[in-house]
Amino acid sequence: MADTVTTDAPKRGERSSDLRIVPLRHWGRIPLGLAVLAALALFLYALAVNPNIKWGVVAEHLTAPAILRGVGVTILLTVASMLIGIVLGVVTAVLRGSDNPVLAYLARGYIWAFRGTPVLVQLIFWYNLGLLFPTIGLPVPLVAEVWVVETNTVITGFTAALLGLGLNAGAYMAEIVRAGLVAVDPGQSEAALAVGMTKGQTLRAIVLPQALRVIVPPTGNEVITMLKTSALVSVISGSDLLTTAQTIYSRNFHVIELLIVVSIWYIALTSILTAGQWALERRLAPGRTVRSTSRREARRA
Amino acid sequence: MLEVIDVRKRFGTTEILKGVDLRVERGSVVCLLGRSGSGKSTLLRCVNHLETIDGGQILIDGRYIGYERRGDRLFEIREREIARRRSEIGMVFQRFNLFANLTAWENVALAPARVRRLAAGQARSRAMDLLDRVGLADKAHLYPNQLSGGQQQRVAIARALAMDPKLMLFDEPTSALDPELVAEVLAVMLDLAHDGMTMIVVTHELGFARKAADRVVMMDDGVIVEDAPPSVVFHHPAHASTRAFLAHWADHSAGTEKK
Ligand SMILES: Nc1ncnc2c1ncn2[C@@H]1O[C@H](COP(=O)(O)OP(=O)(O)OP(=O)(O)O)[C@@H](O)[C@H]1O
Ligand SMILES: [Mg+2]
Repeated sequence: MADTVTTDAPKRGERSSDLRIVPLRHWGRIPLGLAVLAALALFLYALAVNPNIKWGVVAEHLTAPAILRGVGVTILLTVASMLIGIVLGVVTAVLRGSDNPVLAYLARGYIWAFRGTPVLVQLIFWYNLGLLFPTIGLPVPLVAEVWVVETNTVITGFTAALLGLGLNAGAYMAEIVRAGLVAVDPGQSEAALAVGMTKGQTLRAIVLPQALRVIVPPTGNEVITMLKTSALVSVISGSDLLTTAQTIYSRNFHVIELLIVVSIWYIALTSILTAGQWALERRLAPGRTVRSTSRREARRA
Repeated sequence: MLEVIDVRKRFGTTEILKGVDLRVERGSVVCLLGRSGSGKSTLLRCVNHLETIDGGQILIDGRYIGYERRGDRLFEIREREIARRRSEIGMVFQRFNLFANLTAWENVALAPARVRRLAAGQARSRAMDLLDRVGLADKAHLYPNQLSGGQQQRVAIARALAMDPKLMLFDEPTSALDPELVAEVLAVMLDLAHDGMTMIVVTHELGFARKAADRVVMMDDGVIVEDAPPSVVFHHPAHASTRAFLAHWADHSAGTEKK
């Protein structure tokens, strides 16, 4: 048969319609895929019929008021400590690049200390701040302390969690923001200075908006990490999702069921965050909408 | 208009500007030539105080850009005031440096709105006029990465003009461009020169220098070695380095001269 012989040569007068282009076929993919799917189905089946998991208990607790309150606290903790972290991160990153050596070293020191110690230790430290400073106040020299409170009335589980998580996130965010600032071509700020803008105006109008493209993806990552790191506050009697679940299973002993409830909530929240991050990244790509033909467009054509 | 008097500039221990003297009259065009590394960019950057200087003085209309004289000392002034004075000098860069996060008209309108506090509508209509002047009214809504190099550089010129500068500095405005795009940028610059703009242009386009320059200034190793009308410099160069430089760039310019 003439056409099974491989001859890499065009025939006279041949057009593209006379010739079919066949991509490499990966025959091994089909059996491998089937095997993996079968194994997964078996595992899910084993879970579903496992007599040790009471799915009714899972369903019942999934939307229990206590669990929902825990979800609310977890969301609040995540959002609030990330906001603190982002503001601190931007300020620290800018200070690190400042001409004032004292401020620059202060910023470095903060990053060093808070990235260098476990969050767990920081959380416990802030919770026990009262041991170090029994009272907090604003002393006015020569007059008196005008505003004094007992540390333990201010430092609750929640405020300690905010302090610990926020300060820790700030140190990580500072490095993320700095990477974003460094990624912006110095020619951009030079041009902004040349038209008469101050350094502050240049930072706000030109450098930060461009740095955002680099900053957003890892920040999304930080938010998702924070969602789960916030579970650590269970050690300082926070009232987040995990702590609430622990309280419940210490009474009814449905440990696995409640951990499944907790996992479902964390996965759901993470999925929402991932979708949000994806949408934000798309919005932050101005003028980058002209792309080479994507596969889908090519297929349509 | 511009007086540069015995300006010295060091980076670390190497002296880059070794006593530069230059005067530019109002409405005149000075082309600054010189080998790579001779200090041309550094001189321009000192003129609008993007670099501080280590000695000498630079005055525009009798006033220092970044300093204030008290007795026989020059004190650097506050940032906001430097920015205000700097806004009276336009600068065009080799690599355009258009603000990547803004469209063409936003690039032009930004400084008038932020620095001169022009109302948004006014800044916008002025930006449109300026883009029209450089022949890009139809590209106003595109982002820099959607424009060709020549178009980006014309937007950059419009951006500099938006602040009504007394003086325009061009640092090799066409050397990052493909040969066929050079002409459109040079045409805009020629227009500006004819309209009486005071300009200092660092360039290797000898054709432009011959056509537009009132004076050609040659820099070599941190000093000015030649300062004369183009006809004199091109036909009777005083310095050996000028002859070598002209011979090297004459071939290159041959293509762009016949417009
Ligand atoms: N920020 C800086 N730090 C250290 N050295 C610098 C700095 N900027 C410039 N230089 C040095 O100063 C010298 C002159 O640089 P400059 O950019 O002014 O030259 P130029 O004449 O513009 O050259 P080119 O034609 O290549 O643009 C070069 O040797 C350069 O390495
Ligand atoms: Mg240069």
